Parts: sequence; C-alpha cells; structure tokens
Amino acid sequence: MSMKLKDLLQAPEVLGSGHRMCAGCGAPTVMKLMGMSLRGPTIVCNATGCLEVATTIYPYTAWKVPWIHVAFENVAAVASGIVEGINAMQEKGRYKQEHVDVIALGGDGGTFDIGFGALSGALERGHDFVYMVYDNGAYQNTGIQRSGATLPGQETTTSWAGKAEPGKRQRKKPIAEIVAAHRIPYVATVDPFHYRDFITKFRKALEVEGPAFIHAFSPCPRGWRSESSKTIELARLAVETGIHPLYEIIDGEQYIMSGPSKSLKELKPVDEFMKLQGQFKHLFTPQWEDFRKQVQQQITADWELLKKKCGVE
Amino acid sequence: MAATVKMTKPKGSIEGLTGDAAIAYALKQCDIDVLSAYPITPQTIIVEDYQRFFAEGQVKTKVIPVESEHSAMSACIGASAAGARVATASASAGLALMWEVLYCASGMRQPIVLAVANRALSAPINIHNDWSDSYGARDSGFIQMYCQSCQEAYDTTIMSFRIAENHNVLLPAMVCIDGFILSHNVERVELLPDEVVRDFVGVRVPVQPLDTDKPITMGPLCLTDYYFEFKEQEDKAMREVFKVYKDVEAEFQKVTGRSYGMYETYKTKDADIIMLTHSSPAGTAKAVVDALREQGEKVGVLRMKLFRPFPAAELAKELSSAKAVAVFEKCLSFGAPTNPLALEVRTALYDLPKKPMVTDFVVGLGGRDVPPATIVEGYNKTKQYLEKGKAPLYETLGVRK
Repeated sequence: MSMKLKDLLQAPEVLGSGHRMCAGCGAPTVMKLMGMSLRGPTIVCNATGCLEVATTIYPYTAWKVPWIHVAFENVAAVASGIVEGINAMQEKGRYKQEHVDVIALGGDGGTFDIGFGALSGALERGHDFVYMVYDNGAYQNTGIQRSGATLPGQETTTSWAGKAEPGKRQRKKPIAEIVAAHRIPYVATVDPFHYRDFITKFRKALEVEGPAFIHAFSPCPRGWRSESSKTIELARLAVETGIHPLYEIIDGEQYIMSGPSKSLKELKPVDEFMKLQGQFKHLFTPQWEDFRKQVQQQITADWELLKKKCGVE
Repeated sequence: MAATVKMTKPKGSIEGLTGDAAIAYALKQCDIDVLSAYPITPQTIIVEDYQRFFAEGQVKTKVIPVESEHSAMSACIGASAAGARVATASASAGLALMWEVLYCASGMRQPIVLAVANRALSAPINIHNDWSDSYGARDSGFIQMYCQSCQEAYDTTIMSFRIAENHNVLLPAMVCIDGFILSHNVERVELLPDEVVRDFVGVRVPVQPLDTDKPITMGPLCLTDYYFEFKEQEDKAMREVFKVYKDVEAEFQKVTGRSYGMYETYKTKDADIIMLTHSSPAGTAKAVVDALREQGEKVGVLRMKLFRPFPAAELAKELSSAKAVAVFEKCLSFGAPTNPLALEVRTALYDLPKKPMVTDFVVGLGGRDVPPATIVEGYNKTKQYLEKGKAPLYETLGVRK
C-alpha cells in the first residue's frame, strides 16, 4: 500500500468527528491510523473503556464501520464469535462478503488485566483477527486507577504518591512478549508519532493468517497531568526513552527492532518523558531520587535485553 | 405426557438417550452455525457429543472451545450479532461465571439458546441437582423452560430456536434439565428425521446484524435518557413470548404429535390440593397423586414448564378452585420471605377474590433425593395447615434440622 501522506489521508475514516474523547487524547489518533491501515470490509469490537463510552453515547455514534461492545473483559471472546460466525455462514453460503477483517480493541485495563484470560484463550484457539490494545497506562475511564500497564513510579488514584510510597512500585507487564509467547504469527508495538511504522505494522497484522496483536502507546493528558498539546511529543519520547520501544515478534520467536527504535544511538533519559507529566512529579523530590534511578535502571536493562533479542549491536 | 396426541408421525428413529445427548442431537439437527461452550458437570456430555459430531464431519458448525463460560456466552453474543444461529450449554458455577454476559445477551436481544443442566451452587461444592443456578438468573432476560423428560429436552431445544429467533421476541432462551436426574439418565427418545427439523426451524433471519454494507453501532453507552426505554422494550418482548410459545408449540404438535404447554395439569380438575413443581420432582408428584387418589384424596399436580415469562394469569385461573397449592422447589432464597417458585405463585394468586392457601416446601438441595415420601409429607402438612387455617411461609423437607 502507498505510504504517501496524501494517499493515506484519502482513507475513509472509521471514527468521525464529534466523538467525546478528551482534548489531546491519544486514542482517536490511534484509531485514525488504524483506519488508514484497513484493507476492506471490517468489523470492530470494543471492550468497555474510554474509547467505548466516549464514542458511542446513545443515540449518537462516531463509528463509521460496524462496531460492537459487549463488556469489559471479553472483547477477544466476542471477536472469536464474530470470526467463527462469519466463517460458518460463509461455508453454508449465507454470507455475502468474501472476507471481513475483525478487529478487537481494548484499553490496557481490558487487556493486561481483566480481559487477559479471554485474550489468551482466543490467541490459543488461533482465530484470524487483530487485537489492538491502546495503552494509556491506567484505568483512565474510571478515574486513573493503576493497571498492569502502569509504570513504576506512576501516581494513580490507587497507587498514590505519599510520604511512604512513590506511586506504583511494581514493573509494567511486558504484554507484547507475553502475547508473543502464545506463538501467534505477528506481534508489534506501535506509537502514534511514528505513523508510517504504525500503519505498516497494522496492515501486516491484518494480512497474516491467524491472530495478530498490536500494542499501541496512547498518552492520556487527563490521567498523566500533561498538556494536551504534548501528546504526540510524549508518544515520541516514549520511544526515545525506551518506555515503549518499537519492535515486531514473528511467530513468537523472531524479534525485529523497528526503524525508529533501531536508529536510536542511545536512549534519552526517562526523566525527559516523566518531566512533562504531573503523575511523576513526586519522583523529582529528594525522597524518591533513588527510586527514580531504579526505574531508569530497569528501563535501560529492559532495552538492553530487547536489543539482544533483536540481534541489534 | 398428558398432552401427547397419537398421530401419523414422520419416520424418525427411536433411541435411548440421556438428556444431555438428546439436547446435543437436537442442536445438531437445528444446524447451528456456532457452538461456543466450556465443559462443566453435568452438562459436559452436550459439548462432548457435539465435538464428536464435528470430528466425524456431521456438522458444518464452528465449535469454539472457549477458555471459560464467560467467554462462551461472549463468543455466542459476537456470533449471534454477526447473524449466526448459536448455542451454548452450562450449569452451576459456569452459569454463575456467565452472569454478567447473560444480561448482555438479552439486553442486546440476541436469540442464543443456552442448555442448562441444573446443578447446585458452591459452597460447599456439589455437582448434583437443584435449581439455584438458573433461578438466580431468572431476572436476566432469558426465557426459561424446564423439562421433565429427555424427549421433552429434545423437543424443547428444537422449539427454542423458533421462539427465541421470532422477531417479536428476539431474546435468549434457557432449556433446563435436572442435572444427573435427566442429564445422565437414558430414556426413550423419538428423534425426528433431519429434514423435518430443518424445515421446522428454518434458517435464522437476523434483524440488524453487524453488516459492513450497513454499519451500525451495537452495545453503546446508554444513560439516563434512553436506558430505561431499552428495558421497557425488553420486558415487552418477554411478554410476547406467551403467544409465540403457543404458536410454535401448535406447529410442533402438527409435525410431531407432541406438545407440553406452558404448564401441564394432572388430575387437577376436582383437586382440593394442587401440588405445584417442575422438572423431575413433577414426575414423582404425579406418581404420588395416583397413589393418593386411590386412597380417595382429591389431589393433582400442576407442572410448570415456562418459568420466564411466568404465565401468572393462566396459572391463577388454573389454581383458583383449589383449597391449597403446595409448592415444591429446589432452591432456597436466603433471607427472603419465601422462595422463588412460591413467590411467583403467591403473586399470581394475590388478586384472586378467594385465594387458595399456598405452602412452600424446599426440597432436594444439592441433589438430595426427593422420594415419594417427601412429596407425601408436604401433602400431609398442607392438609393439616388447611385444617388449622394457617401455614408457615415456607419450610424445608428431607433435611437434618
């Protein structure tokens, strides 16, 4: 497919204007890029979350493709049913479309945590669908609570920074690698700043036979206490600091570092990513200096390990 | 079956089948597009048998061996939303795990058929029969039909698609059988020829499926301004079931000679006391009635089949001439004034100018046997209470106190 911006902008939009996502939210941009990657008739399934509630307040909808929401923890199961229902009707000669792409969308809470069982089951069964998590690092929809995707040191309303605690203490679940361990054909991490990389990978995800998984980074100004104008800059910094490196995993085995991450000579300090956000403010006080250093060490170590897996250097 | 009419029947075969096997066979003949299910005792045979049909190439169904009952119902909703005919099966803890999505299935108006082999809920964990599982889901927007025989389980499964998929209904349906007592007992079942079932159930005609040519949004957020209207419509659809149920049964009777009604009456015409129950205890109660009748007792049985929607008006008429109604039910509603079945019956009778006395006997929890003696005990107690003119709201029978 053409990667010229002029051509990409011709793609029919999947999410219309007038939706009620917050100003500066990363998710609508992620959806726009997803829309630019589509190759034909598509059905979208959405787990409960910001994206679901803010784009479909009855009697309005911003979706221009068939879209379904059932519950929070089951979007992968709903997608399984759609895929197999269509397959059965096609085999019985009762379905007019020759092929329909099925996409499941979930936030990090719906994917890393509560929807993980359904996701794992669907991956094991091998349905031909694409699952994309838009990861904004917490349960933002219910008011910024910690999730398995929340970073160490991140303050949320269930991991407060206080005299005794530096925000969340635990590391973030390496979801892309956990998913890849199911040995599915295709896993990739994407970021809205690197839109060409995003679209190329999403298209690949649609084209492989069997399940594919996309881990999209999606800044949240409301939860992160960041300027709404800084969303894309934060998305860029997430890649440059190693918070969200860009890579692909083929068949659960072959790790490939993607261009934007591969071209980094060295990581920028995580501080640059954190400084733009109120949710890490406490880490810049003397009390949590050491903790902040530990977070940096962990990110650096993860990056080195990833490079090794990708055979870089 | 009281309502069985002998007539020239299409040539099918006669088999010895368990309740589970009868349901699995019915699902096969209904040519379902998707079966999405998880194993749980005592429902498992349904899934096992169906997977065998699949392995032998006897069905074109896509079978989704999901990782949980929650996903079983979720995948059913997805497939049904795409326009497919779908079914699943569960029991007890599995049904409990499905709870959240039961309401999604009905709220999204997906005509999914769910076979339930009724089993007690934990704790303590128990694999045997009572009705706590599906009674707990009585407000979930599912049609509920309780079967007394393997034949009825087979017939009801076939009819359930026609009822659920009817455009005036569009609600999911539970076909319930007593775990082990029916699910694992072999009975004589008359099977219909494949083409007869195929013609009877037809092909599902979905209303507003997910269609890439005509994109719609399903399952949106719906707040104070419209949520209530959706629920109002759902309730209206549930009330449509009475008529559709009767129509579908009448048609089924024409084809097979068999019908069951929303409920079945057995020697109730001149009965002073009517024993009201459903599923397997109903069979025992009928045998007890025969014995008591021989002793000159004026007693009969009303066996419920359709529990949701609850045919309150018809039932009130049927019970109005009795002096007492003795309810036998396999569910305990902790802290409630009375238990689910008696609660419904009392409500149905409340507006009668002359109300029969209602007694409520909780029996058979966790598969505790309900022998004729337990039914007789309830009958005798009801007689005594009638003489005294006063009865407790409910009591348990057949349990160490």
